[in-house]
Amino acid sequence: MVGKARVRGAALLAVAAVVLAGCGDSGSDDSGGGGGQAAALEGRGPIKFATGKDTSGNMQKLVDEWNGKHPDEKVEITELPESADDQRSQMIQNAQAKSKEFTILNLDVVWTAEFAANRWVVQLPEDQFDLDQFLEPAVNTGKYRDNLYAVPVYSDGGLLYYRKDLLDAAQVEPPKTWDEMAAACQKIKATPANANLGCYAGQFDKYEGLTVNFSEAVQSAGGNILDESGKPTVNTPEAKEGLNFLVDGVKSKAIPAAAITYKEEEGRRAFQDGELIFHRQWPYQYAKANATDGSSKVAGKFDVAPLPGKDGPGVSTLGGHNFAISAFAENKATALDFIKFFTSEEAERSNLLATSQAPTRANLYDDPELLEQFPYLTTLKESILNAVPRPQAVKYGDVTAAIQEAAYGAMNGDVSTDDALKDLQSKLESLTTQ
Amino acid sequence: MTTSTAPPPTAAGAPKPSSKSDPQKHGRLAVLLLTPTFLVLALVILYPLIAAVRESLYRKQEGVDEAGFVVEGENFVGIDNFTAMFTGEAADRFWNAFFNTTFFTVTTLFLEIVIGVAMALVMHHALRGKGIVRASILVPWAIPTAVSAIMWQFIFQADGVANEVLNSQILWTTEGFQAKVAVIIADVWKTAPFVGLLVLAGLQIISNDVYEAARVDGASAWKQFWRITLPLVKPALLVAILFRGLDALRMFDLPFVMIGPRKRSVETLSMLAQEEALNLRIGPAAAYAIVLFVYVAVVAYAFVKLLGADVLGEARTRDKEAKQKMKVGPGMATV
Repeated sequence: MVGKARVRGAALLAVAAVVLAGCGDSGSDDSGGGGGQAAALEGRGPIKFATGKDTSGNMQKLVDEWNGKHPDEKVEITELPESADDQRSQMIQNAQAKSKEFTILNLDVVWTAEFAANRWVVQLPEDQFDLDQFLEPAVNTGKYRDNLYAVPVYSDGGLLYYRKDLLDAAQVEPPKTWDEMAAACQKIKATPANANLGCYAGQFDKYEGLTVNFSEAVQSAGGNILDESGKPTVNTPEAKEGLNFLVDGVKSKAIPAAAITYKEEEGRRAFQDGELIFHRQWPYQYAKANATDGSSKVAGKFDVAPLPGKDGPGVSTLGGHNFAISAFAENKATALDFIKFFTSEEAERSNLLATSQAPTRANLYDDPELLEQFPYLTTLKESILNAVPRPQAVKYGDVTAAIQEAAYGAMNGDVSTDDALKDLQSKLESLTTQ
Repeated sequence: MTTSTAPPPTAAGAPKPSSKSDPQKHGRLAVLLLTPTFLVLALVILYPLIAAVRESLYRKQEGVDEAGFVVEGENFVGIDNFTAMFTGEAADRFWNAFFNTTFFTVTTLFLEIVIGVAMALVMHHALRGKGIVRASILVPWAIPTAVSAIMWQFIFQADGVANEVLNSQILWTTEGFQAKVAVIIADVWKTAPFVGLLVLAGLQIISNDVYEAARVDGASAWKQFWRITLPLVKPALLVAILFRGLDALRMFDLPFVMIGPRKRSVETLSMLAQEEALNLRIGPAAAYAIVLFVYVAVVAYAFVKLLGADVLGEARTRDKEAKQKMKVGPGMATV
């Protein structure tokens, strides 16, 4: 019995392998829908919504609400793995097999170009959304070559967390420039009790966070990774000044040596343990660092400000998630309606309250009731409105790898800033040639 | 593995008694009985292998068209994917990964054997609480690698336990030799128990008479270990080395999760293949996988050739139980 079952299992596996291989091969000739003009999105019925973990349960709550109102067009959540890379691979596998399994895709803002260029998602009718009510930079992350492919649902921007108690004691204002930050730091560290504090940290380990921090440094110095036409511009004086801000910070110990191992969580622990004066971080840290259960030593002792820059306010990099519709799915009309529902003001408000993820609708940032619960919203809005998306490249995976290579090498002192940027420029040029 | 668990269909095609003496019919029956096994093997082992080889000869088209859409389709590129590996910057990266893979295999193998044998001796001699000692030594091996990688990442982070204990400020997860050390420590912790278990099995079949005789002759404990324990446990040890060696050559999750992707100090060959696949370059990814496959096959073959004959030779003179065990060794090498 057991033997037979195993043989059958193996045969099934083999068949599955053959079928899968067949699917992989068929991608060559016919091209999926979604090219050029936004095609009409038709068909109504049940759909599936592929997303990362629904940690707060609010997604399910909203879906239940929708399902109650639309019994014939029910939405089912398909939870993908927690890691962003795994989510992307599953969505890509699904697209390459031209599977109808996923209807709505919850895309990270940096995947838009890749998914749009490969025709894995369809162009969306811009006129059916009140996009002028949304934060403009967030809307831009959903666009590829000026066409809308994804609607922004969650946004995110960098904030400068600072130790209000220390700044007040030293009688300095929150810094607007890098120089002011260095001066404030020096003043605070002049007190013997603060001499061992780290001045500044961000996310500097070799991963996506470094791309974010490097881009912010370059943008805050007036440069950019890619220019308007998509050509790389990292071999410029501005880019050099941006990278030097990080490299010199490590050299002068203003950025503590350990910061080179920081991802979001390591940095958060350091800030909460009171080891840092300034910390570049996402809004999620606000509630955690203010927790009064003893996990944070800086509860009530910090505040947030917009990121500092070289000669004035800095420029944040945008994070967040957008919803798109798979090119191979059925019932696209239902999917479009569901996205409208999910990005409605009520839905975004409930999302903010349940998850503290930043909304994409501008007016929520000025809502007195929300401001009371999330005092950082004003600063965050400023940060997002001033923000620039990360490079929108079809080969984003390779682009971000090249950026991390350059920035990590320079910050570790393995290569000079000049060489790192020269090398990065030539790599990006070959990655973005059309 | 499939071979041992999938018995060929019986009864139905049972031959007539008279056919027993006919060698030709005998052969045909053997073919008939073995066919299902070979069929399954071909489907689950041969097919993916051939598919990977085919895939490695193609490359996806690159670039986007006027409207910004990716040009679809793939081209036959011959051995270009392989030559690309050995030229320019990619060659640098490849040889670095090749060195890392080999370095990790040699160092972890050495440490695991030393520690594994020590563990086996402890487990073998522990009188009281034998079961508990054995179970506790095996715990690390039972933990999924990705989980233990995250655990070790906590230990090795800047303000982690490792630095606390050593009273140091080493940044383990950054580029440098210390990252290699971190990976080796975590890997040895995880897999030494596996070596220990296999060696323990070898120890348990050594007859006590031999030791008694040695004691009568006045051999010291050290001499007993070198002259009796080690030679007699060697076949089991060789199996353990072969298993672990082949496993270590495929090392991926530990450096990937613990130290991070694309860090030169710990990048292994499997990580190169994974990165290519992640960026949708299936052709080059398959090429890397095949190079790794060939490397593993060569090592396995060399191992069996150099030490395997010895394994079989000794097995013949051993009791039945030991014989069963030995067969696993060379058999694995063909997989």
